[in-house]
Amino acid sequence: MFKVKIHVVPKKSIADPQGSAVKDALGTIGFSGIEELRIGKIVEIKLDVSNRKNAEIMIEEMCEKLIVNPLIEEYSFEFVEESI
Amino acid sequence: MKFGVVVFPGSNCDADSYHALKDVMGQEVEYIWHKEQNVDRFDCIILPGGFSYGDYLRCGAIARFSPVMDKVVKFADSGKPVIGICNGFQILTEAGLLPGVLTQNQSLKFICKMVSIRIENTNTPFTELCSKKQVLKIPIAHGDGNYYVDKDTLKEMEKNGQILFRYCDNDGETSEKANPNGSIENIAGICNQQGNVIGMMPHPERAVDCALGSEDGKTLFASVIHYLERSSVYDSL
Repeated sequence: MFKVKIHVVPKKSIADPQGSAVKDALGTIGFSGIEELRIGKIVEIKLDVSNRKNAEIMIEEMCEKLIVNPLIEEYSFEFVEESI
Repeated sequence: MKFGVVVFPGSNCDADSYHALKDVMGQEVEYIWHKEQNVDRFDCIILPGGFSYGDYLRCGAIARFSPVMDKVVKFADSGKPVIGICNGFQILTEAGLLPGVLTQNQSLKFICKMVSIRIENTNTPFTELCSKKQVLKIPIAHGDGNYYVDKDTLKEMEKNGQILFRYCDNDGETSEKANPNGSIENIAGICNQQGNVIGMMPHPERAVDCALGSEDGKTLFASVIHYLERSSVYDSL
C-alpha cells in the first residue's frame, strides 16, 4: 500500500489571479517580502499496488490523463507512506 | 435535420438550447443523455452550458470522459458541426477537440452580463450568415472564461482563421476595457482547423428573443441551419 501526495500548481507562465489576490491580501495585513504566491491543489491517493515503480507509473498516467492540464499546470508527487 | 443537445449531470443551459432550436428556430431537437452511445441520427450536436460534474477538478475535465464524448469526437471527426457553449466550450478544450483552455476570470468574479462580440470569420457553419466584423450582442455567464493558449498555437489559429469571435465595444473595437475576463487577444470563441467544431463562452441560446434583450444569437443558429440545408442539397445531387 502506498500513500501518495500529488501537488498541482499553475505554471509560472500562467496568470494565477487567485494567488495574486491572496498575495495582495497578505501584504495588506502586514506581511512583507512575499515575492511569489501561487495556489494549486493537493491530491492524496492511496494505492494498492505491489511495488513503488508501478505506483509511480500509475500516478504519472493519472496526472497526464486527468488530474493535470499540462497547458496550464505542472505537478510533482511524493510518497508519504509505504507499507507492504 | 435533427439537432442533439447533450445533457451531462450538472448541465443547466440544455433546456434553453432546446427551446432556442425548437420553439424559436422551428427545428427538430432531442436531448442526448451523456451515457448514450449512438449519435448517428443527428446532424448537429450542441454541448450546452452549465456546471457538469460540479466543475470538479477543472471545468469540463470530468465530463470529457462521459461515455457520449467518444461518439461526439467521432461525430466531429466526420465533419459534422458541433458547438460547445460556455461549459460546452470548456469540455471541448479538455477533450482536445479545440486548442487552449478556459481559466479563471482575471477578476476572480463570476460575470453575468450582456457583451458585444465581433465576428472574425464568416466561413464556418455557425457564422456563414454573419457579415465580417459584424457586432452581436450576446450575454456571458461564467467564472472560468479566461481563454488561454500558447503563443505559437495562437499564431497558427490566427493564420487558419480559427478565431471566430472577439469581445469588443459597441463600435466593434477590441479594447482591453471590452474584455470581460482577461482572455488572450479578447477571444470569445474559436473553431478547430476544419471549422466544424466551435466553442464560445457567450450564450447565443439566451439571445433569441427581444424580451431577453437581444435576438442576435438567432443569426448563429440560422447560419448552421442554412449550412445543413445547403449540405443536404449537395448530398441529394
